[in-house]
Amino acid sequence: MFNDSLPTFWSIWVAIITLLVIFGCLWLVMVVRRSEPFKEETEQTVGHAFDGIEEYDNPLPRWWYLKFLGTIVFGLGYLVLYPGLGNFQGILNWSSTGQWEEEMAAAEVKYGPVFAAFGQQSIEELAQDPKALEVGGRLFANNCAVCHGSGAKGAYGFPNLTDEEWLYGGSPEKIKESLNVGRMANMPAWQGILGDAGIEETSHYVVSLSGRAHDEALAAKGQTHFQTYCAACHMPTGEGMQMLGAPNLTDDVWLYKAPNLTVLESVKQTLRHGRQGVMPAQLPRLGEDKVHLLTAYVYSLSQQ
Amino acid sequence: MKSHEYIEKRLGVLAALIVVVISFGGLAEIVPLFHMSKTTTPIEGMKPWSAIQLEGRDIYIREGCHVCHTQMVRPFRAETERYGHYSVAGESVWERPFLWGSKRTGPDLARLGGKYSDDWHRAHMYNPRDVVPESNMPSFPWLFQNTLSGDDTADKMRVMQTLGVPYTDDEIATARESVRGKTEIEALVAYLQGLGTVMKDR
Repeated sequence: MFNDSLPTFWSIWVAIITLLVIFGCLWLVMVVRRSEPFKEETEQTVGHAFDGIEEYDNPLPRWWYLKFLGTIVFGLGYLVLYPGLGNFQGILNWSSTGQWEEEMAAAEVKYGPVFAAFGQQSIEELAQDPKALEVGGRLFANNCAVCHGSGAKGAYGFPNLTDEEWLYGGSPEKIKESLNVGRMANMPAWQGILGDAGIEETSHYVVSLSGRAHDEALAAKGQTHFQTYCAACHMPTGEGMQMLGAPNLTDDVWLYKAPNLTVLESVKQTLRHGRQGVMPAQLPRLGEDKVHLLTAYVYSLSQQ
Repeated sequence: MKSHEYIEKRLGVLAALIVVVISFGGLAEIVPLFHMSKTTTPIEGMKPWSAIQLEGRDIYIREGCHVCHTQMVRPFRAETERYGHYSVAGESVWERPFLWGSKRTGPDLARLGGKYSDDWHRAHMYNPRDVVPESNMPSFPWLFQNTLSGDDTADKMRVMQTLGVPYTDDEIATARESVRGKTEIEALVAYLQGLGTVMKDR
């Protein structure tokens, strides 16, 4: 019934001021009412005029007076039931965090079994379950769509989740791993090492891997750079390595193709400045149950 | 009524008594908070904003972010489900001025740190519609061009120090150097990524 968040002196201080103000108001209205010269409405004025404006000297209207007393009764009743008088918690023992805990407990009773049932099923099973996908879809819209788009098709710098191409792997386990702990890509900047000419040559080689228009001579020179600097992560064939999140460069998926640049120019920019794509970890924010459903939802997107 | 007439006709007396009456609210609701450990003790693990984050915070204020975004998760399930653990007083001990805000045109930002990648924040500040098509947030492209001089950074930190923020003299001495030449967007993103990250349970 009492908490100790305020030192005793200040607790008493608050209580005294609060009661003083309430009873002070009561006293004031009583005194004013008692000193009224007329008990009925009259034509009498208070006797002075400002710019020709005069003032009646009528008693406080009865309804107003009673309402005023009502607010004082309400205020005192409130202070008995709810916190207000220093550290006195009120006989209902209400607190905003206590109310929040009740809300959370009620939600757990309602939704806990639903999530527990989903938790029993495998990702593959859930990916076929329309109910699970409905819940997963809402979770996606609330938590993932901001980067990956409401249709999960991605955007410049944010991967498309509906295709067959995966940076870190598209198996249920790998998707869950991406969701749980997040991903942190680290492609270094090569401007300092390759120089302008090297960037130009390597870029032509990179776009040649997927059969795009390129300059043969430049690409031939670029191949040497590629094998020296890029093959360690992107593999000598350019097919990438999912363990490191190094993308496959032989397909037609370009995560960092800028809307206003060609693929070739975008590749140059990536080579010059490097890329550090980050997927934030979701487990600490969402918890296991929701990550499980989200995994199923994301997995289902590429299975259609 | 006679005494009331006395007050009404003397502006100085009236003003003085109004101040007395209004002060009751502050004396009961504000003053005791200065003596309450919950509101004066920082939560465990809290660190002051770094020099670059402090500059980012000032950009946040300059651009008026707090007009449309709150930094105050209230203890309702609807809010904690979306934003994370409700805000506690100990998180705001060093916030001068506080940026709790009063109206949400955009979402609450109290626990924004780590929610999105730096790249996302940059794309979003450059043109919010690029990542959130239905967004009505303004674009802030100049943040990408403007750079910080850092000339005032140390002074700002020294003021904070006198207000009780535990900056070390070493941090203040290197402040100018650590922010000089950085773009405003770097500072703002550093600030945003630090919001609400100290409370682990969220």
